[in-house]
Amino acid sequence: MSGEGLGARPHRQGALGVTMSVLNRVAGSRLVARLGVKAPVDRALYQVTRTGFTAVNRTFAATRTLSAPRRLPAAPERAVFDLTPTEEQAMIADTVREFAAERLRPSASEADEKCAAPPELLATAAALGVTLIGVPEDLGGVATERSTVTNVLVAEALAHGDLGLAVACLAPAAVSNALVLWGDQTQQATYLPSFTGEDVPAAALAVQEARPLFDPFALRTTAHRTTGGFVLSGEKSMVPLASSAELFVVAAELAGRGPALFLVESSSQGLSVDPEPAMGLRAAATGRLTLSKVAVPATALLGDSAAYADCVRLSRLGWCALAVGTGAAVLAYVTDYVNTREAFGEPVSHRQGVAFRVADIGTELDGMRLATYRAASRAEQGKPFAREAALARTLCATKGMTIGSDGVQLLGGHGYVKEHPVERWYRDLRAVGVMEGAVLV
Amino acid sequence: MINLEISPKLATLVDQARQAALAFLRPNSRKYDQAEHTYPTELDTLASLLDGLSASGGGAGAAGVRKAKKTSKGVVNGANMSLAVGTMEMCWGDAGLLLAMPRQGLGNAAIASVGNDDQVARYKGKWAAMAITEPDTGSDSGAIRTTAVRDGDDYVLNGEKIFVTSGERADCVVVWATLDRTKGKAAIKSFVVDRDTPGFELVRLEHKLGIRASDTAHFRLTNARVPARNLLGTPDILPDQGFAGVMQTFDNTRPLVAAMAVGITRAALEKTRELLTEAGITIDYDRPPHTQPAAAAAFLTMEADYESAYLLTLQAAWMADNGKPNSLQASYAKAKAGRSATDITLRCVELCGTVGYNEQSLLEKWSRDAKIMDIFEGTQQIQQLIIARRLLGKTSAELK
Repeated sequence: MSGEGLGARPHRQGALGVTMSVLNRVAGSRLVARLGVKAPVDRALYQVTRTGFTAVNRTFAATRTLSAPRRLPAAPERAVFDLTPTEEQAMIADTVREFAAERLRPSASEADEKCAAPPELLATAAALGVTLIGVPEDLGGVATERSTVTNVLVAEALAHGDLGLAVACLAPAAVSNALVLWGDQTQQATYLPSFTGEDVPAAALAVQEARPLFDPFALRTTAHRTTGGFVLSGEKSMVPLASSAELFVVAAELAGRGPALFLVESSSQGLSVDPEPAMGLRAAATGRLTLSKVAVPATALLGDSAAYADCVRLSRLGWCALAVGTGAAVLAYVTDYVNTREAFGEPVSHRQGVAFRVADIGTELDGMRLATYRAASRAEQGKPFAREAALARTLCATKGMTIGSDGVQLLGGHGYVKEHPVERWYRDLRAVGVMEGAVLV
Repeated sequence: MINLEISPKLATLVDQARQAALAFLRPNSRKYDQAEHTYPTELDTLASLLDGLSASGGGAGAAGVRKAKKTSKGVVNGANMSLAVGTMEMCWGDAGLLLAMPRQGLGNAAIASVGNDDQVARYKGKWAAMAITEPDTGSDSGAIRTTAVRDGDDYVLNGEKIFVTSGERADCVVVWATLDRTKGKAAIKSFVVDRDTPGFELVRLEHKLGIRASDTAHFRLTNARVPARNLLGTPDILPDQGFAGVMQTFDNTRPLVAAMAVGITRAALEKTRELLTEAGITIDYDRPPHTQPAAAAAFLTMEADYESAYLLTLQAAWMADNGKPNSLQASYAKAKAGRSATDITLRCVELCGTVGYNEQSLLEKWSRDAKIMDIFEGTQQIQQLIIARRLLGKTSAELK
């Protein structure tokens, strides 16, 4: 038996420990009383729990009937290795980059603190057409073929502004992209018009569950068939825009089939949301979604078995794109800092110990980007991309986190305080190796 | 239009190169690793075959690295890319043997990159090695001491050169020498020196950790007379750009060394996967690595680094083919591929236990061969310096 290692036994409190615990509680409350310390704003905000809410929810209803679901054709197969974006992609990426620099970056710190994205910012993102990019033309969008690469470029550009806000902006697009990819004619006719209209609903793709070694192919949230449809039970973790979302796509284990996606309107009976703030992604207003015997109609089942695996892969690619954008932000920020900051009579960038870390950030970041582009390009050309998505994910999770950590390290003590954004990027980049769902390219 | 798959035309080339590697390189891999300094005669046949392929636009010939002149508006996958993918396949076969390939020396790359039309024509079909390093000068190639003094129609060369790949077997050696040691890097020129030149003496061949099929020579030049027309590039000492011209060769050769590293890495990963599969380990690309056996998770991590190195290499070659300056990306590729090759091949040996460590498989050999990839054509640290200077906008005087 080798049960004596670190963490093998729980810590037990002795008599002295119990006394100290009591003293701690007393001291804590005294201090609060004497200083009149107010709970931080974000905590107060998080007291607002939404249980069995009856918030103003639109009624999703089909305004026209579709004879068949609209599917975007695979992009044409390409003949040569090429890293040049199309003119249209370059234009879209430029626009989004500008928006990210002017609107996301300046709002990021406050949004992080408040655990909420400014509503007008989300409205502007929607107006820019973040959800339109993946929706076919005849359903009110702008897409003529599958555009995974364009979606990746958009996510990358947004994350250069701020990762948390990028997730908030992209959360509804995860749902609309899923509807385009796997929705049947009724589902598309019912839900997609809202995503191409003036007032795009908050919506979220809920895959994640809160437990160690979470595997999206071994879900604990369950779906059982009933006469009228399905009943869903379970808990979904780190759902972006959870308390404002009007529509969820929920991943659940469907008895007899395996993991599957379900459309669940937020007004459904038995659905509740609790705040779930984390170390990062705070601007995305993440929440815990609890489903207690939520009944959904038979029409709620989205896509076939193959769809679920693709959903997981495309979601991971979304996180890869976010890591690449954030990594680029780190590189730009530290480059400027180490060239300006002086120590021992010269810029710290004149030291190899500093300069080589910057070199490694540049090298690994470029590799992350290429791996992500390769997987996305294969996906939109209709080629198998499971391998490429997995490798991009592994790279972006590990190298992305190293970049986040080096970003703080290169600023030293200044990197550790909130005057600079690198500590936020450190917190946000940890999400890339953890998250499943939430975004979808 | 973003696409990171190689073209069908290149895929055909890759297939040919793999067939050649399977037929000529793998079967001789262990033999010449053990018989260091023995000339691999099998390569003569393969080299003739490759010459044929080169003539038809394929092959892994080092003559193909001449900077592409953009002729069409469209994106091309040209000589640099085909050379990169061809090199990967050949090194998947055996890196030492590829380095020993007749007429595929780094000197050939230098002549192709910076030689004038007359020089290219005169040395067509010759095997050219490259001599830069000296006993006291490694990465600091600006500090070389070998001198070249003009005397009539000749230059007279004096000095010592080490680590000359294929130096003994080649027809000629491209030797770096300074015209005037007081004028620094700008005075460094390269000269094509024929092997039978009087005063050009082979001192010895090195015994090495890996790539033992490739010989590594040590030369002494004592009043070696070289015709003036054998100087590559301009004979003038131009303070601003002299050295840059010589260094330009590296922009083209670094992606090739990266490609070699990628080839060895893939060989090790494929063998390791085969052995792990026999051992009952399956690798699942969809399930999170942490939920899989540690060996499977380790494999995924290694394959991800391999993918990064592979794509960075293709990127550098693609840029060269399309007339885009690629110094930074060439160093990205070399830095990533060099360190990954060493890390991954060593990890593969570890995962496979004594099957990896003993001479039963080629895994231990690949991990010895791999180490040179992080050293020659600029060490890991030199690549980091180049990358850092570019990203930070620093001169070599500021960031030393």
